[in-house]
This record gives sequence, structure tokens and C-alpha cells, in this order.
Amino acid sequence: MSIPPFSRRRFLSGTAALAGATAMPQLAFADGHAPLSVGFIYVGPKDDFGYNQAHAEGAAAVKAMEGVTVVEEENVAETIDVQKSMESMINFDETKLLFPTSFGYFDPHVLETAPKHPDVRFQHAAGLWSEGMPTNVGSYFGYIGMGQYLNGITAGHATTTKKIGFVAAKPIPQVLLNINSFLLGARQVDPEITCQVIFTGEWSLAVKEAEATNALADAGCDVITCHVDGPKVVMETAAGRDAYVCGYHANQSPLAPEKYLTGAEWNWAGVYTGMVQTVLDGGTIDNFVRGGLADGFIKMSPLGPAVSDASRAQFEATKAQIMAGGFAAIKGPLNDNSGNVIAAAGEGFAEDDIALESMDYLVEGVIGSTS
Amino acid sequence: MRVSSPSLPATVARPLLGRAAVARRAEAVVIPVGALLVGFAIFSVFLLLQGKSPTEFLSLVYRAGFGTAFSWQNTLSRAAPLLLAALCVALPARLGLVVIGGEGAIVLGGVGAGAAAVMLAGTPAALALPLMLVCAMVIGAVWIGAVGALRHFRGVNETIASLLMAYIAIALMNHLVEGPLRDPASLNKPSTAPLDDALRIGNLPGWDVHWGLAFGVVCCVLAWVLIEKTTWGFAARIAGGNVRAAQVQGLPVGWLIVGFTALGGAFAGMAGFFEVAAVHGSANASLAGGYGYTGILIAFLARHNPLAIIPVAVLLAGFEASSGLVQRRMDLPDATVLVLQGFVFLAILISDTLFGRFKFFAPERWSTRDGN
Repeated sequence: MSIPPFSRRRFLSGTAALAGATAMPQLAFADGHAPLSVGFIYVGPKDDFGYNQAHAEGAAAVKAMEGVTVVEEENVAETIDVQKSMESMINFDETKLLFPTSFGYFDPHVLETAPKHPDVRFQHAAGLWSEGMPTNVGSYFGYIGMGQYLNGITAGHATTTKKIGFVAAKPIPQVLLNINSFLLGARQVDPEITCQVIFTGEWSLAVKEAEATNALADAGCDVITCHVDGPKVVMETAAGRDAYVCGYHANQSPLAPEKYLTGAEWNWAGVYTGMVQTVLDGGTIDNFVRGGLADGFIKMSPLGPAVSDASRAQFEATKAQIMAGGFAAIKGPLNDNSGNVIAAAGEGFAEDDIALESMDYLVEGVIGSTS
Repeated sequence: MRVSSPSLPATVARPLLGRAAVARRAEAVVIPVGALLVGFAIFSVFLLLQGKSPTEFLSLVYRAGFGTAFSWQNTLSRAAPLLLAALCVALPARLGLVVIGGEGAIVLGGVGAGAAAVMLAGTPAALALPLMLVCAMVIGAVWIGAVGALRHFRGVNETIASLLMAYIAIALMNHLVEGPLRDPASLNKPSTAPLDDALRIGNLPGWDVHWGLAFGVVCCVLAWVLIEKTTWGFAARIAGGNVRAAQVQGLPVGWLIVGFTALGGAFAGMAGFFEVAAVHGSANASLAGGYGYTGILIAFLARHNPLAIIPVAVLLAGFEASSGLVQRRMDLPDATVLVLQGFVFLAILISDTLFGRFKFFAPERWSTRDGN
């Protein structure tokens, strides 16, 4: 018998079969049931140092779990695109648990798609689910305003001009709560501090974010934070102007290691692995889930090198108070920045107070306007 | 048959008959299809450089774009707005105008439809829906018609004007949905008030594709009839070929320019209407979905022929429908499909210079063989 001559085609098919064979154990368990397919959809790039990266880090944690496959899509618009992306995952990847992560995916896209696929669970990141909506839809969200309050404390210690700045996307309740919390945190350190806010009008518009950051620096703001989808431009521009920065959404300290004080981060890794485990165990995720620092929905970036000891002490003490529960960042006596009373002395809104979700004001000390 | 004068070139003097006409048509198909293949060949090199398989890419595009009933519904849903967006480019293009700001008309048409729905609350749907559609189309027509008017009466470059006006339109839309037209209940996603269920446009019977597709196809056919079979279309083509000659002939060039740009804008406005009534259920910032820009690509690929827009829009929608599966299976970034579109676009633009260069397609060659 002669040895058959080396054939590239045969070699390739052989290696392919081998690769297939080694891949098999990941595709099915010994008892034959397929792993749970979990789909994540992002409105922007997964590595935006912001909103989408925070979710992608959660997806990466899910990927590491046993018995799970993860499929992901990035840059999916809040149009019919996201409806079809979800259905494509359901059709081609047998996805049973979906995380369409952008706020604008919910109404109408998730609400229209969910009733067509009753055996699929749709988990949406925002506090939007209410009674009467499809029961295979769930909402989850975190009280990240408290993170901005803690940001504000480090900002209050770091500022020398007593002016801090905020680059904001749109004047909607969640953003307004973050701006107000940031200032009120800083005012715990020094009640004379003011916060200038500039709205860019878009969730992701790098040029305007850079212009706004420069304008804040020109106006004398020496600590700057933001609420836009990707804080990268704000962080780098502000640090380039020698201002300190506080992060948002994800950890941006690699972008400005010397200037980064701390940051309010989502902790989706903990939330997502918990939810996936619930499904793997045959349980049902609650339709309406929220949590804050104490529940592990939110975390703070490690304090940076520019944070003083006094700052660190007050930061840790306040964080402990928040973790203990019932802490109110928005509390009286408090007026908005056009003089209307928000809360009388003794009144306060804890992080889970529903009134905060229709916030339409900027508190006294914030320089800017919602319209 | 007319008797031709021997002093005139054969192609002008004689109407093309039989095989000569087929040759002319074949040229119009073979060259773009060839360019498509060349574009894909270059893209394959790009994939190979990334260590990815072009055949796997193709099979995924086929599977996710055209391989199953779901794939077709996915593709056709995405094609619906693209048909109308492409008409907004193709119609002015027949007059020699490059209008690239259809996005503005889509966005404002959508806002118009959303605002009309609010004002018409309580009106029966049979009356309210047509009024919403008319409102969206009129706004689109005024917006892009203004581009034509600026061009003809003030000499403003229509390409720049339409692009800049698209930015203005998006800013105006943001102002309106965050200000005067905002539904106070839309807290974190500013929108106009949600449409009544009666005003929501459903799907084509038996399909998970909304009615915008049918309207888009019909509009493409109507636009083709207008351009190819009517005297207005003939006049527009003359003006597009040589505006001085058209003026010397006494054609109303100004009205043609304003009329065709306005008609294109009306189609784009219709796309905005369907986005609101069939997809979003209210007008908000999601209206700026980029359909206006994809429409430019489609119109150029279709060589501004409204009938050719239909298959080209379906093809590009299929690419977009498969983008997700390509991301998931091949671990390629979502921009991969854009790279493919870019290569194809370049190849098609360059291929324009090939028309008339292949003797094989020359009508004379086939006419003489006919003994015509």
C-alpha cells in the first residue's frame, strides 16, 4: 500500500472535522440539551468607554458562564433594525434570552416583537415595564444618580475655582438627576460651588461634546463630568485642558490616569450573570428590577491618585451611608435654579422615590437651563 | 418606418429594433452587474486579508438576507423606506441635479405625520391617515423643492444646499419633538404623542412587512412611467442632458427643476410617514435613521432608473439584513457591510465610463446584421 500523496483539500477537510469535533462539547451537553443562547444588542460600538461598553462588559461576564452561548450585535439603530436583529437572533441562533440594551429600543420595538415570541424573554435596560405590558418583557435599571453624587464629593474637594462642569446629552429626567446629584455632592464639600451644564442635544456627537468641554474649561470649570453615551471625548478633552474628570457609565481612568478622580459605573456583570443564572435554574426573572450601590447594580471606579485624604474619607463615609439605605441626595431646603421650592426643610427624596423619575428642574447652583 | 437621411448617424436616425434594442438593454444590465462582481472581488481580497472566508460571507448573506421566509421579510422591511429615499435622489438626477439631502425630507415628513395625527385626534382613520400622508408629502416636497428653487432661481449648488438642509431638518425635528410637539408623558425619549391604534398602519396580509413596501414599489413604477412615458419626463431628460438646449427649445426648465425636486421630496416625506405610522408610532429622534443616505447609493447603483431601484434596494436591504448574522458568526465588525457597499459603489461609478466602449453591445453591429 502506498501512502496517498498530500492533498491540501483533504488536509483542510480533516482539520475542519477535527475542529468541529472539538467544538462539539461546547455545543451540547452530555444529556443532549443545547446551551442557553443569550443575545445582546447595543446601539453603539462595544468599546465606546461608555454606555455600550458597560453592557458589553456584562455580556463578557455571561460568556464566561457554563451552559451559555452569547451572541452580540453592535451599532443597531433604534428603528425596525433592532426588531429584525432580535428576530434574527431568535431565528438563526435559537436565542431565548435577549438584552436589547438601548433605552430607545423599548417602545415600540421590544413591545411589538415580544408578543410574537412568547417563549423568548426580553430584558430591557430602563425602568419602563408596567402592568399590562407583555409578561415576557422585563425592565431593570440602577440608581446611578447616587454615583454622580459621590463623583460630586470628589469634585468638590478637587476644584479650586469652585466651578465644576457637566456635559449632558438631553434635558431628560435621568440626565437632570445626574446633573443635580453631581452639584449637590460637591456642595456637601463647599456650598459655594456652582456647576455649569451644556446640553449637546444628542447621545453621541463627538464634535459637540469636545466643543462643550472646551467651553466649560474656558469658563473656568476645573472638574468635568458628563452624561453622554461615550464619555471618551469629554474625558480626553477635559484632561487635555488640565481639568480633573469624573467618569460615567464605565471606567474611563485609562483615558486620563492622572486626572481621573472616580466614576459612576454600571455593574452589569453582576446583574446579568444573576439573571442568566435564574433562567438556567428554571426560574423567572421579575418583570421590574432595580437596584443601587447596595444591590450591586452600580459601582464606583477606584479613586484616582489626585484624590486627597480628606476627599477619600468623605467619599467613603457618604458611600457607607448610601449603602445603608434611605439616603436622600435631593433633600430640603432646596430650590431649583429659578427660585421654585423643590423640597422644604426636612423633606427628601430617597434614590427609589418615584418622583425623581419625572424630574424637570435644575437645582440652585446649576448654571444652565432645561430648554 | 421613417426613411433615414444618410447624413445622420445611424443610431439617431433609426429607432432601435429587434436585436439592436436588446443589445442596448443588455449593455445596461451587464455593465452594472459586472461592476457588482468586481466590487465583490475586491471585497473578497479585503476579507482574505482579515483571514476570513469570502464564501462563508456570501453564504451568510444569502441565508440571512434571502435564504428563509424570515430573511425575506427582514430584507423587504428594510427595503421599504429605501425605495422612497432613492426616488428622492433619482428624480432630480434625471435633470442633472445631485440631491443628497433626502434624509431631511424623511425626518420632517415624519414629524409632519406625527403632528397631523395629534391635530386630527378623533377624526376617523379613513380620513386622518390620508391627511397625515398628504401632510408628510407636502412637507417633504416643500423641503426638497426649495433646494430646486434655490438652484434654479439663485444659483445655489443643490448638493451642498440639500446636505446642509438635512442637518437643519434634523435640528428642527429635535427642537419640535423636545419642545412644542413633545408629549409630556415621553419623559426620557422625547416624542410626539403616540398614534391611536386606529392610525397605526399594519402589515401586508400574511407578511411581516408593512405597507410602505407596496407604496414604495408603486411609486417606483409611477416614477418610471413619468420619466420614460410622458412628455414631462421627456422634457426633464432633455433638460438634464443639456439645459441650454432645453431652454432654447422653450422648455420650462425652472418649473421642471422645482417640480421634480419637489416630487422627490414628496416621496421622501412619504417614507417619513410610514416610519411614523407603521414603525415608530410617534415622531422622535429615531426618524433620522440614515435611510436618506443609503438612498443615494441605491439611486446611483440603479443609474437613476426608478424601475432598477426596486431590485437594487432589495439587494442592499438584504446586505443590511445579513449584517447581524455576519457580525455574530464571523466576528467581523458591523462596518463590514459598509465596506462592501463602498467597494461596490466605487466599482459602479467607475463602470459608468465603460458605456459605449464594448463593440459587442453597439446597436450598429446588430442593426447591420439584421439588414435593418
